Amino acid sequence: MKPAAFDYLSPASVEEALALLTDLGEGAKPLAGGQSLVPLMNFRLVRPQHVVDLNGLRELDGIREDDGHLVIGAMTRQRAVETSALVSERCPLLAEAMPQIGHVQIRNRGTVGGSLAHADPAAELPAVVAALGGELIVRSTRGRRVIKAEQFFVGYLTTAARPGELLVEVRLPTSPPRTGTAFLEVSRRHGDFALVGVAATVTVDEAGVCTNAAIALTGVGPTPIVAHDAARALVGAKPAANAFDAAGRRVSDSVQPDSDLHASSEYRKHVAGVLTRRALAKAAARATAKEEAQR
Amino acid sequence: MNERPIRVTVNGRAYERTVEARKTLADFLREDLELTGTHLGCEHGVCGACTIILDGAAVRSCLMFAVQVHGSEIQTVEGLADGDRLNPLQEAFREHHGLQCGFCTPGFLMTLTCFLRECPNPTEAQVREAIAGNLCRCTGYQNIVIAALAAAQTLAASPQGS
Repeated sequence: MKPAAFDYLSPASVEEALALLTDLGEGAKPLAGGQSLVPLMNFRLVRPQHVVDLNGLRELDGIREDDGHLVIGAMTRQRAVETSALVSERCPLLAEAMPQIGHVQIRNRGTVGGSLAHADPAAELPAVVAALGGELIVRSTRGRRVIKAEQFFVGYLTTAARPGELLVEVRLPTSPPRTGTAFLEVSRRHGDFALVGVAATVTVDEAGVCTNAAIALTGVGPTPIVAHDAARALVGAKPAANAFDAAGRRVSDSVQPDSDLHASSEYRKHVAGVLTRRALAKAAARATAKEEAQR
Repeated sequence: MNERPIRVTVNGRAYERTVEARKTLADFLREDLELTGTHLGCEHGVCGACTIILDGAAVRSCLMFAVQVHGSEIQTVEGLADGDRLNPLQEAFREHHGLQCGFCTPGFLMTLTCFLRECPNPTEAQVREAIAGNLCRCTGYQNIVIAALAAAQTLAASPQGS
């Protein structure tokens, strides 16, 4: 198994990379961590004429806090996010999802931007970014665009980034006070792509009443699916088991997953409901625990 | 520009070669440097047999191109033993039957070498998590886990032993 021949280009700056992507057009493929692209190239399912290696672009590597947001450069390794104290403190949902991505050898090389731009609907990162209402920043020689997560993921392995545009960073709102989060998934084997995954957040006020909730799922559609209605129904009451049950049923009824070799549509619908219920219960318990800790 | 000159340090030795861009790091190690200890199983990042240590991190050498390691430092399974003397991790694999056919062993050794540096006193659960990305079809993993835990003890007793 050898990739087809390609021209290898290793730009030293983002500007240079953007110029190359514009000049070379559709035949050029940006290479981030390579944990999805290189297998596709090894199988010759993808045969780019030009590979633009982003690994020399230090300016895209880093995690910082900026005005209530966590800003993560597209070339930040997944392992760096997993082990970041700033991420576990400011964005615990992301921290909980990270170790569930592949295996450590994959996360040592795989990048945040690579996973998001690849837009596999079974992947963890797109669902986390969608649940948090994150923003994706893309750049081209024409300028910079900010795209909301729900507009970014437009279909199976397809994003709203246009030809010549490169994902450069992702902005995630940091976790507000009295917020609990959870990321749960079910996979056939440890480290496999999940059959279904659920990212959930629950925020309560000082009286313990839910003021905000979010649910996003992997593996049940062509993109990460955000369950707005099920989440909204939790707002205005104290989090309770029967409400989590109802949210789970609502999610299970509304999603339309495909059947494949690994699981039937019915099974995925069922698991989506169960994981939604469990993720909400876990997130709510964590939100309430935080509230008590602050008293 | 299909070929590039690269400079890379492997197991402490510097190499300069000109490589075709599409050549994976794993093929470069095996064919160009004749370091055939790094094995290739699935060639799409699932089996872990080709795991090497790149600038201190365990990575799949089948999911990288050789041109990408210009200026880097690599450790492969050939770098573990001191001549004929096995290192403590290799010795533990031998002692506890952590291998049978041996095909997957280089990948396990490199994954665990990296892991034991970061987590010198692991629990069994941590070892199992650490090797989750390496497949072995002979041992059933039990003896690999035992070997890893034994190696951790040996290394703790003689920190300079590695």
